[in-house]
Amino acid sequence: MKQEAFETRHGETWERYEDCLRALGKRRRRRPRTRSERSADAAGAVVAQEFPALYRQICHHLALTRARRYSAGLEQRLSRLALEGHQHLYRTRFPFVAALLRFFARDFPQAFRRHWRFTLAAHLVFYLPALAMAAGVAFKPDLIYSLIPPADVAGLESMYDPENRRLGRERQADTDLMMFGFYIYNNISIGFQTFAGGLLFGIGSVFYLAFNGLYLGAAATHLTVAGFVETFYTFVIAHGAFELTAIAIFGAAGFKLGYGAIAPGRKRRWQAIRDAALQALPLVYGGTFMLLVAAFVEAFWSSTSWPPAGVKYAVGAVLWVFVYAYLLLLGRHES
Amino acid sequence: MTPFGQVPGIASLLLDSTHDIATPEGVELRLPVAGLAARSLAWLIDATIKFLGFIVAAIFLQFLGAAGSGLFLIALFAMLWLYNVLFEVFAGGATPGKKAMGLRVMNSNGTPVGWSGSVIRNLLRAVDALPGCYLLGLLSVYFSARFQRLGDLAAGTIVVHRLPERVTAARDDSEPLPLNVPLAIEEQQALLSFAERAGGINDDRVAELAELLDPVIPGVDAEQLKRHAHWLAGVGR
Repeated sequence: MKQEAFETRHGETWERYEDCLRALGKRRRRRPRTRSERSADAAGAVVAQEFPALYRQICHHLALTRARRYSAGLEQRLSRLALEGHQHLYRTRFPFVAALLRFFARDFPQAFRRHWRFTLAAHLVFYLPALAMAAGVAFKPDLIYSLIPPADVAGLESMYDPENRRLGRERQADTDLMMFGFYIYNNISIGFQTFAGGLLFGIGSVFYLAFNGLYLGAAATHLTVAGFVETFYTFVIAHGAFELTAIAIFGAAGFKLGYGAIAPGRKRRWQAIRDAALQALPLVYGGTFMLLVAAFVEAFWSSTSWPPAGVKYAVGAVLWVFVYAYLLLLGRHES
Repeated sequence: MTPFGQVPGIASLLLDSTHDIATPEGVELRLPVAGLAARSLAWLIDATIKFLGFIVAAIFLQFLGAAGSGLFLIALFAMLWLYNVLFEVFAGGATPGKKAMGLRVMNSNGTPVGWSGSVIRNLLRAVDALPGCYLLGLLSVYFSARFQRLGDLAAGTIVVHRLPERVTAARDDSEPLPLNVPLAIEEQQALLSFAERAGGINDDRVAELAELLDPVIPGVDAEQLKRHAHWLAGVGR
């Protein structure tokens, strides 16, 4: 069959198919509310019934076009039609709300436990340098300057110096909001980098975890030695439950990724990395959410000075227990 | 070698950087993978858009004082980490920059990129950008078969050129002219492609292309070639 005859014979089919594609593209995801929406949805349902058969025909015509060596233009047109149909037919649907609930009730804590080797390793790589640095600064206070520039140390001191906190004067609401934005930008970026660094055979994750651990140990010990115990610990204890744990979780996700690169097992290396990345994603999503919570707590609760120190410690302790109880206990019996 | 060695046809398809996907329906989808230049330009456009966004945000948020700088930092975070993901998931796999360059991201099996793919490829951008100027990403694009940066490789995604909306030019109604010279399949295809493209390029170039045919069909001009092509395609029958 000559090309022109082929085009004439099937032109209507192709146009009908293009109409279908347009209708599918417009079809609403949510439940129709108004009458016109309902009729549009009914039309969409008809299209959805007709579409797969048309798609198979297009594929057939594309194969014919290639086998019969019709022109490149026709081949490209049918290619595009086939590709768009392929994308409609084989796309992965994503039920967002259901997935979200399942994620917090099950997937995230399960991922935390399933990859327990990596979460444990990340905790160690984070907290051991912190302890080591704490011990170091306790015995040799100048050690802190090897890690943190003197200007920053002075900044830390003035932040937690009880002298600088005039009692009874609350921080302004807009300052809280500013700090909220800062914590989101700064902390979540660090979390993402900790994860991404895992691709370099885990080295990047080790670096971010250990560095933040060292910083934490140095700062905490320095402020303790300086005698700012109450201002510092009442400030950090509550949001620390979310923030420190989240950083460790991002580290675990990075380790998972890096382990895929180091030990692909029977898979090809990039295939192993792809699988590891997908498995690490729940940790990334969960860590991100925890950092959002941490930023909120840090900006709007930790900064308050009206609650007595006892209340602050108690709330902090409850949050720490809550975070680990959630991660270790939830979703144990659901497969 | 035929005089048509350089025209689009079967031979040049083999040289093209396409990524072939075998569908369950038994045809191959051939996707033109996007190279470094197009992707860099798309990145540049996106970077410009983000930069202008920062400036506009800064201008308006400065009136809000400290709260404004908090909101600005949140916007900064969203621009850095969410801009690409949201556009790729909700706007058919293309950020505005990619759209302008006619590119789109998709999973390497040809399905639209979803949340996981997009999140992985965009978070790992941080590694591609190392140690500066996207050096690792450039190397990865250069050495991988499908021009994938590290994030693409880890997410199983590819960046492809959007297939053109409509390639077949409207044929004019010139009379089909029978051709007495036997033509090979590739030569026939070249002739058809010539007729399709002739409407979109200037007359001098059309004449120049037609001259290439002289060894095969002596003394033929562009107008006759088009009519021969119509005869080949079976126009008017």
